[in-house]
Amino acid sequence: MVTEMTSTQDRTNIQAKTGKNIDRVDGRLKVTGEACYSAEFPLEGIAHGYIIQSTIAKGTIEAIDTSQAEQLPGVLAILTHQNAPKLNSLKSKNFGGGYPGENFLPLQDNQVHFDGQHIGIVVAETYEQARLAASLIEINYDEAEPMFDLEQALEQSERYDPGERLQPSWGDIEGGLQQAAVTIEETYTTPLEHHNPMETSATTAEWHDDELTVYDSTQWVMGTRGMIARGLGLPEEKVRVISHFVGGGFGCKGFFWTHPLLAAIAARKVNRPVRLMLTRQQMFSSCGHRPRTVQKITLGADNEGKLTAIRHHTDTETSFVGDHAEPCGNITKMLYACPNMEIKHQIARTNTGTPTPMRGPGETSGTYALEAALDELAVKAGIDPMEFRIINHADRHPQSDKPWSSKHLIECYQRAADAFGWQNRDPRPGSMREGDDLIGWGMATATYPGYRFPTAAKAQILANGKVIVSSATHDLGTGTYTIMTQIAADTLGLPIERVKFELGDSKLPIASVSGGSSTAASVSPAVRSACEAACFKLIEMAIADNESPLHDYQAEEITTEAGRIFVKESPEIGETYEAVLQRHNLPLVEAEISPQDKGSRYKSIAARTKPGIVEDEGGSDEFAIHSFGAHFVEVRINPRRNQVKVSRVVGAFDVGRILNQKTARSQIYGGTIFGIGMALMEETLLDPHSGRVIIHNLADYHVPIQADIPEMETIFVEYPDYHLNPLGARGIGEIATAGIAAAVVNAIYHATGKRVRDLPITPDKLL
Amino acid sequence: MSTPDSNRHFSILDQMPIAEAPNASLGSDRTIAVKLKVNETEHELQLEPCVTLLDTLREYLGLTGTKKGCDHGQCGACTVLVEGERVVSCLSLAAAHQGEEITTIEGLAKDNKLHPMQSAFIKHDGFQCGYCTPGQIMSAVGLIAEGQAQTDGEIKELMSGNICRCGAYLGILSAIKEVKEVTA
Repeated sequence: MVTEMTSTQDRTNIQAKTGKNIDRVDGRLKVTGEACYSAEFPLEGIAHGYIIQSTIAKGTIEAIDTSQAEQLPGVLAILTHQNAPKLNSLKSKNFGGGYPGENFLPLQDNQVHFDGQHIGIVVAETYEQARLAASLIEINYDEAEPMFDLEQALEQSERYDPGERLQPSWGDIEGGLQQAAVTIEETYTTPLEHHNPMETSATTAEWHDDELTVYDSTQWVMGTRGMIARGLGLPEEKVRVISHFVGGGFGCKGFFWTHPLLAAIAARKVNRPVRLMLTRQQMFSSCGHRPRTVQKITLGADNEGKLTAIRHHTDTETSFVGDHAEPCGNITKMLYACPNMEIKHQIARTNTGTPTPMRGPGETSGTYALEAALDELAVKAGIDPMEFRIINHADRHPQSDKPWSSKHLIECYQRAADAFGWQNRDPRPGSMREGDDLIGWGMATATYPGYRFPTAAKAQILANGKVIVSSATHDLGTGTYTIMTQIAADTLGLPIERVKFELGDSKLPIASVSGGSSTAASVSPAVRSACEAACFKLIEMAIADNESPLHDYQAEEITTEAGRIFVKESPEIGETYEAVLQRHNLPLVEAEISPQDKGSRYKSIAARTKPGIVEDEGGSDEFAIHSFGAHFVEVRINPRRNQVKVSRVVGAFDVGRILNQKTARSQIYGGTIFGIGMALMEETLLDPHSGRVIIHNLADYHVPIQADIPEMETIFVEYPDYHLNPLGARGIGEIATAGIAAAVVNAIYHATGKRVRDLPITPDKLL
Repeated sequence: MSTPDSNRHFSILDQMPIAEAPNASLGSDRTIAVKLKVNETEHELQLEPCVTLLDTLREYLGLTGTKKGCDHGQCGACTVLVEGERVVSCLSLAAAHQGEEITTIEGLAKDNKLHPMQSAFIKHDGFQCGYCTPGQIMSAVGLIAEGQAQTDGEIKELMSGNICRCGAYLGILSAIKEVKEVTA
């Protein structure tokens, strides 16, 4: 239906707005407090829910005494496994390209699998009453010995087998090590970490007879709809999920957890809308985390610095109620050229909540270990760390031998190094000082796959001159509202003000989870095609209309710009969109683009953490599609305090075409800061006796604050990647978090001569 | 493991007919009268003494621009001005502010014209998800009104009670500096 006629090549104005520094179109709503997040929809007669959580990590609930709580004023209902409805299993069900976060359904039996498990919900007139009532419920447990020490679990606990996909190897690893002139073998650990978006997960559920509307803070409205419908035994069309604004996600709102089901059940029970907003404390056991990893890396290089062997063994964990594999070795097998490779993952089940993707799952933990180890090997080989990486550059994908769709990593190294001043680095540890401060310079490579998932979009050109474009995607602060508005405006040659982009509603054309840095690359082409298709309908109408100046022209002769359709060769012959619609007495013309069937070309986000679905590389049949980047970091350490201050970061990124300089830069800054937190401060601790989560607030779980923020410079080497999509854009949300922790760690070594291999690097570890 | 019989289909409609819903229960009889002036509008409320200023704004007055990020005074998302001073409203009981004048994010723009700090946050992209933004802006407005923060380092230190997990800190700093220069 869309002809070549309206494709980009014919456009002079396609770059008018796309790529520019456009302010966020949702900015005004956000700075005035009018943006409505999921716990903020004003519904008549709303009641408030409060979750009851287990206070043991493993065992059986023997008795629940709700009598005291029930007598409190305002309490409407208390649901536990003793009176909750039976739900339908979500296990192994694919909900449009994804899976639930875990196989666990709430309130179905008396078993406790982890600390903080949702074991009931109180509903009351007010939040205060619900919270008080929850505190008065007495629960007796038959407590069992929980399994939560990772080392012990790897020896004694059940394993989760992620399948052969995560255990690739090629060449002869022992032979490669024997050829090596230098080798290292070290173990790197990362702690349990939490996403901690500023908005806690929240669901407001409202029933109208047998129809359910759910306002949910989710990165995936279509999946949430499917899973709620399945769990409750409703047809999908009876459930609507709305998520207009998401107060940050970073992965913990990407899959499906128990609270939306609990809110829906509670609302049904009291026949009123129920608002359930998790507390910050509850966020530490309700919606996933980055699991602990122990990564043993063995590397060998010859006299020229060429890698002869890479072995990367990851030990990590999942829960007893969900299957998550943190795929740390996935980047190792693609980042450098090496003839001998061995990647392994062992996953033990522990009595923790189910882990889930957190900004760069696998990429972030994995690049930390690999890039720190490479630094150690480069130092041992006496080669500059950047030079060492260039020597080992992978010109093709090392495993599949496919060519890269678009790779400019060497340019990233060079441009970032120049901007940073890397040539002035004295390689000797502790050699650079300013006053009392030790100064360290470190660098690392960043990478992230380029994903694109099937997406639909609809465009409506209205008789009043406005355009409404929509897709059931999301804006987590990532800029989706803004960049899709830019693309639609450019496609039709309209000012931004005349275009409105709608998202976050399961009634809109289908889109996939906003995870895997996929949204920009997936939704942009659908938005553009939908706009082109709607415009083409107008052109057809005009050609057929003998009152139109375009009557009897051929479609191929006509183009569009600035809200007009006109003859390419004679732009004065033409008319506005409104003129066509008004003459036909039509309120609008619309077109919807369906998700094209791309077979295995567009991979499911779930594929990376689930076994045996599809191969796990971003990419197509012909090309390996990845983004790349380079981080250069300066740290300052006062040797008396051992406190590390990251003072300067320069990064260069090869992420395809930039759709909005302003929002893209913000994504890179944010991802970098996220990784600085990982390097220096973030860690959730479990009590060594009970396995309970003992870090569960923002005073104890440290995230970077304003005073921690370095000077930052971001460079985009802009090479559009048309193999991923016709706009040439690859995702940008996660790449900056990959590699940055290693760059910080490597800078700390350069400053101090100390190799700390256990994150986070708190001052005690530098004593 | 909680895996119900996969052959059976359970319907919530069969198990929970709406007709069996409980009657609305009475509210608490332990409320007190609280008078607040929020964004120049007087409000008289009956509240339990334990209700925080934050929950009063969000749940009783429908002013959801003030955000709940931690409810423990650790993140700054709920920052409002009370009598012109910055307060984390989650650590403050409504009843403790009888008759006091409170400014929230909804009260900053006048006659549909944004406050300079709001415009500067948009211009410098001082936010991503937007959830910490009202607190950041109220804190920034309070900071400038207090006449504090002469240097970048001081602004950064004094804005460190407001967490932004998206990491929009550079834009936030630029926005504050710009407004400070204009108003200086």
